[in-house]
Amino acid sequence: MKRTVFFGALTVAGLAASMASAATLDDVKARGSLNCGVTTGLVGFAAPDANGVWTGFDVGMCRAVAAAIFGDPSAVEFVPTTGQTRFTALASGEIDMLARNTTWTFSRDVDLKFEFNGVNYYDGQGFMVPKELGVNSAKDLDGATVCIQTGTTTELNLADFFRTNNISYEPVPIETNAEAQQQYLAGACDVYTTDASGLAATRATFENPADHVLLPEIISKEPLGPLVRHGDSEWGDVVRWTLNALITAEELGVTSTNVNDLAAAPTDNPEVNRLLGTEGELGAMLGLDANWAQNAIAAGGNYGELFEKNIGENTPIGLARGLNAQWTEGGLIYSPPFR
Amino acid sequence: MSTLTDPPKAAFRPSQLIYDTRYRSITIQVVALILLCIAFYWLINNTVQNLANLGKEFNFSFLGSRAGYDINQRPIAYDNSMTHARAALVGMTNTILVSALGCIMATIIGVIIGVLRLSNNWVVSRLAAVYVEGFRNVPLLLWIIAIFALFTEGMDPPNTFRPNADGIAQNEMFLGSVAVTNQGTFMPGLAWSSLAWILSLVLIACIAGIVFLRRRARAIQAETGRIVPVFLPALGVLIVPMVLGYFALSAVSQRNDQVFVALGAQSGMDLASYAEASGRINFCSIPSEASTINAERYMQSTEVNFRRGDFFGDDDARKALAAGNCSLIIVDASEADALIAEIEATPLFNEPIAVLSDQLVEGRVVEVHYPVMTERGIPRFEGGFQVRNPLIALWLALSLYTGAFIAEIVRAGILAVSRGQSEAAFALGLRPNRTMRLVILPQALRVIVPPLISQFLNLTKNSSLAIAVGYMDVRATLGGITINQTGRELEGILLMGMFYLALSIAISAVMNFYNNRNTLKER
Repeated sequence: MKRTVFFGALTVAGLAASMASAATLDDVKARGSLNCGVTTGLVGFAAPDANGVWTGFDVGMCRAVAAAIFGDPSAVEFVPTTGQTRFTALASGEIDMLARNTTWTFSRDVDLKFEFNGVNYYDGQGFMVPKELGVNSAKDLDGATVCIQTGTTTELNLADFFRTNNISYEPVPIETNAEAQQQYLAGACDVYTTDASGLAATRATFENPADHVLLPEIISKEPLGPLVRHGDSEWGDVVRWTLNALITAEELGVTSTNVNDLAAAPTDNPEVNRLLGTEGELGAMLGLDANWAQNAIAAGGNYGELFEKNIGENTPIGLARGLNAQWTEGGLIYSPPFR
Repeated sequence: MSTLTDPPKAAFRPSQLIYDTRYRSITIQVVALILLCIAFYWLINNTVQNLANLGKEFNFSFLGSRAGYDINQRPIAYDNSMTHARAALVGMTNTILVSALGCIMATIIGVIIGVLRLSNNWVVSRLAAVYVEGFRNVPLLLWIIAIFALFTEGMDPPNTFRPNADGIAQNEMFLGSVAVTNQGTFMPGLAWSSLAWILSLVLIACIAGIVFLRRRARAIQAETGRIVPVFLPALGVLIVPMVLGYFALSAVSQRNDQVFVALGAQSGMDLASYAEASGRINFCSIPSEASTINAERYMQSTEVNFRRGDFFGDDDARKALAAGNCSLIIVDASEADALIAEIEATPLFNEPIAVLSDQLVEGRVVEVHYPVMTERGIPRFEGGFQVRNPLIALWLALSLYTGAFIAEIVRAGILAVSRGQSEAAFALGLRPNRTMRLVILPQALRVIVPPLISQFLNLTKNSSLAIAVGYMDVRATLGGITINQTGRELEGILLMGMFYLALSIAISAVMNFYNNRNTLKER
């Protein structure tokens, strides 16, 4: 009996591990669609709209990669994952890439054997409280009940923050953002903490967003980005350079509206030509078509367009570019050159 | 004369392995065993290979590293600087706690409903039937979530208990001491003085006395047929010594002198001047100790501004004091100097530390402390005993769900006892109550206990659904956060599997022991 359990567990792990094979790009091409892990629902980043179509900033990343490979932004299977299931899903090969506002940390990169392909959003952990609580600083949160998504870096930051400030709190562990929102609105927790972008996105869906404030403290660095498994650098390159293509496109003024014109014939700008495949062989080096970047940009627009459309200041979420502006405009968004 | 000869000794031929029934069964077993071994070898080899490809090695060293996350329900001492192993242990304790509570409650519900379902009263038996069918035909997870939602959505948040500017609160505490909120239920808690162990010895002696009384009553009944009343004498044996012990021990412990030791205090200061000098006091509170409760009452009566930092025991609290995590502690007057010397000897310690001049006593041997709404800061209850909603929801759902199954088992057990037994008992003049207790139930138990064991095992394993309501059981700590932070899925799941296995085996061992005592003794 004991042995049965032991080997049963081994079987499951063995089967799961055997699915993860090396040449992910070939697998994806053979399958005809990309399996992309996203959140279970965070408006602005990844959530199904009224018609059940997934939209959002992270979703845009998935669609860009699919478009780069297949020329078709809809060739994506979206796999909703929670904070706890996302890494197992990626490690086991259930998904090809994870775009689920996941923080790039040392141990995830090195110990969990993942490869982060860049940063698509520079974030930090914040706190949201109801206005009526009358709290102006996170240091006043002594004795608060705090809703926190389990299996996240925010959980550890929270513990560290309260420990260093020597104040007490009570964690309420939550699986998904929707659950946290429900608990927070019911008053079962006084405070909700997660990435500041996630807080803004969550607050935007409230009936009375003005009744809730984000506290000024940002207690951590949370560089969010897409990631893939260790050990398949070719696949990692596809995801990394798709992200870089979107960033470079914004820098060079290539948008979803003018990309087809610019790609029709070589332009005066050699970098635009290399990016859009009218010059050089960058696509073939990645194992993709020459017009891979054109397709990726046409899918949802360049980085700036994705940002403005999903989470920018004109959306209910209303996030300013801030750190996520292009490096030319004082932000941190910066792509290595296409050369 | 004929000669008897031995039958010719047949030589063994390999074909006999298949065609000879004497050998065939062994052949099949050996082949099956070899196939099984190959299958296991393939599985293990495959796992090892794939882990190696991923660059992960199989080891348990992650258990010794710092956990870094907090757990809200801690039956044993834990903070985020302790190890993953300790966090797993906290989770295991929580699993055992909710399973034990659930098993007890489910048995009580099951027995009551099972008997009620056999009631001659039509309404009662139908109601019991509705309960049973309702609970056992709807998935447990739904019940857990529904009951949890009932508490989080249906109850008011704690801030409704805080009086507004006019001194009127939206909600009043029930009897001034119990508050049911959507963060949990707050109720009075008990704290013990250093003499409480004597009181527990008295309690054990009382119980021994009651057992003796019952044995004696049985012996007298067996010998003379006279029924000796047990209940009232037993009540007396329990209450009189306990009350006497309580007052006697309280008189002693109220003479135990206690003093405050304060960080940053000059000797000769009293509490009020210390509070004035240091602003807000950070009290190292040990909620389970009477001296802490008494000290807090004293601080409330002198109206100093303080906050509590809760610790599990003396060692914990003193360590926190030495580390500067809290600044005021209450200790025995005789131990104060030794404590100060010990803390001053700690490396890097350079703050003044002194005994305050206030004189306190330890308080009664058992002190009751009530939850109190804080007056400033975040509205919350301090003191008292908190039962969190995840525990309540999980406990209720598990026991109501399993209770429905147990009710059916109890009903089947009772129906399995032949009608002749109760008719014979009635014929002897036994009343229905005694018939049930002395004739039916002892026989029914033989039928009830074996399936009851599986229900207890089910309940224990079902407690892993705790994650749905954020109850920090072993699935949420070891199997959830720890696995997620360290990436040790295989090791974590194996450990968790072994824990549940060990727990289940322990439960069935205990229950089988009980079952063996109840089975029909055939001689």
